Amino acid sequence: MNVTGNNVKKNSSGVSHFGDDAFKWLTLLMACSVFVLIALIGFELFNGARPSIHKFGFHFLISSSWDPVNDVFGALPYIFGTLVTSFIALLIAVPLSIATAVFLTELAPLWLRQPLIMFIELLAAIPSVILGFWGFYVMVPWLHDHVYPFLRSGGGFLPFFQGPDHGPCILSAGIILAVMIIPIITSVSREILRSVPGLQREAAYALGATRWEVTRIAVLSYAKRGLFGAVILGLGRALGETMAVTMLIGNAPYIGASVFAAGQTLASVIANEFTEATDPMYSGALFEVGLVLLGVTLLVNALARLLLVTFAGPRMKPQN
Amino acid sequence: MKKTILPIIAATIAICAVSCSKQSASPAESTNSTASSAPGQMLINGAGSTFDDPAFAKWFEAYKAVNPNVQFNYQPIGSGAGQKQLLNQTVDFGASDAPMSDDSMAGAPGKILHVPVVAGGVAIIYNLPDNPQLKLDGDTLAGIYLGTITNWNDSKIAALNAGVNLPNLPIVPVHRSDGSGTTFIFTDYLTTVNDAWANSVKKGTAVQWPAGIGIGAKGSAGVAGQVRQLSGGIGYAELAYADQNKIPYANMKNAAGNFVSPAPDSVTAALATAKIPDDFRFSMVNASGDKSYPIAGASWVLIYQQQKTGKGKELTAFLKWAITDGQKLSPSLDYAPLPDEVQQRELKLLDTVTY
Repeated sequence: MNVTGNNVKKNSSGVSHFGDDAFKWLTLLMACSVFVLIALIGFELFNGARPSIHKFGFHFLISSSWDPVNDVFGALPYIFGTLVTSFIALLIAVPLSIATAVFLTELAPLWLRQPLIMFIELLAAIPSVILGFWGFYVMVPWLHDHVYPFLRSGGGFLPFFQGPDHGPCILSAGIILAVMIIPIITSVSREILRSVPGLQREAAYALGATRWEVTRIAVLSYAKRGLFGAVILGLGRALGETMAVTMLIGNAPYIGASVFAAGQTLASVIANEFTEATDPMYSGALFEVGLVLLGVTLLVNALARLLLVTFAGPRMKPQN
Repeated sequence: MKKTILPIIAATIAICAVSCSKQSASPAESTNSTASSAPGQMLINGAGSTFDDPAFAKWFEAYKAVNPNVQFNYQPIGSGAGQKQLLNQTVDFGASDAPMSDDSMAGAPGKILHVPVVAGGVAIIYNLPDNPQLKLDGDTLAGIYLGTITNWNDSKIAALNAGVNLPNLPIVPVHRSDGSGTTFIFTDYLTTVNDAWANSVKKGTAVQWPAGIGIGAKGSAGVAGQVRQLSGGIGYAELAYADQNKIPYANMKNAAGNFVSPAPDSVTAALATAKIPDDFRFSMVNASGDKSYPIAGASWVLIYQQQKTGKGKELTAFLKWAITDGQKLSPSLDYAPLPDEVQQRELKLLDTVTY
């Protein structure tokens, strides 16, 4: 920093670099504002959560009781719901999105690419409350009538597909989340696959590889770090998504194996209960749920990055 | 590019124009700051219950004919938030579906008056094949929500509905997942009539629903929508939502032993027989009287007895109008009008406001 500062004064050619410096500091300031914002949000959440943190301590994270009448709060079912719905969403969205991205970059005829890309981006632009609305009135009744009975008859021996099914449930929420994160993962994956150098493919073809082998060896393996990043971006959205999940998850705290059971997520409990939380302990507990959500998001991201370094190797320059 | 942008701009302007004209039609939504700063104009701010919002919207519009110089801005952000904003003195009045607790009132900078402005019934809605007209009582309803009655052909339901062909269908109770005055009225009723409920779940705007029983839906519209979709579903919502969605609702057994529908008349009857203390913090569930509907509640406007903002005169005048002439507009919105006797008592209460 000092070096550039001195440059302004000592510049022998007499041309002032003031503009460059100002630009640099300005962008630095902008970049810092992100950190400041996150720190402030964390601090405010902590501040609001103080009564609850003080009363329940660590117990808040492992207790399943959420009783506003008697002021007893625990967030475990909500943490469970958040993780499980996001996991289901990834399970559905990742293969679909990456396959779509591979088709778009490697296989699709040129005339088809642009319209497809446009539709995917259109899907990303649909507000989540609209998706929730559609999910509530169209998707869930359809799943309830056609898909879930099929899952039950085919996979009923698994604990996942047992128990009563009323329509809105953990699986429904996971599916709507998948719909939401597919465009993000697809768009980002497509950009990453596009940035794989053509030489890679040519080299593989030169070795006599088939199209599948080229895609697998030269493209996917080359781009796996970037693709992982795309998945994490999608996961980030799935963890925090509120409106559509609230409309489809059935809103009853649950911990168990059945995906047909109504559940609740950290974000949905805040959306549901914040407006009527008059009592300081109650609103404190909701603040703490927010803090936990922030923590879970950071933790899952950190874990994902750790996983990436462990399995994909510490390549320093992702190709995007 | 220009060709594609122009229609978008045109569409945006059109949408704005439509939404703006809508806003000016309902003064509850318009935050017309220019008008309030004009000489002789006054802007009164309120916030709170969503249950009251349609009533306020209608009253603010009608009140223009009474006093065109007063403008209103009401934000339906929930009863809890309304109470908070009143305590922080950021609004001139709050509105709440549950009376304030002694604890919260202790933290207030002045004495707070509770002025009941609307009352309404909570309908027990259900979805059964052929939708027969059902009769239910408090113990059965508590049993359903506690999970001790799980099938529609249960003998307790059958005993109340002789002659009705009840299907062999699991009951799916639907409750509000968001904190709500409607939930307060519903749980207040079950707490009053059923011991098992009073000893476990109790009452509140949000409660711990028995684990693993039924599902939660956001908002009354959410509950109504869920019940309409789910064969075997049962739920509770304000009468207006049941009517709008054309969902059948049960006749409930009242304290006198009669089965009554939640029509505005039977809620007014309940108000007339409810025991209302002088501070107007009352519960009207399970009211006595032959025609009273048992699951009903009032909603209150909350104001400080000592008005310091200079708006007290106009605010009191408006409230006096709302609880008398304004009540004539209530039935069209599925609210029950306040009985005369209650109106008179409230006018006396409002006379104690100083400004």
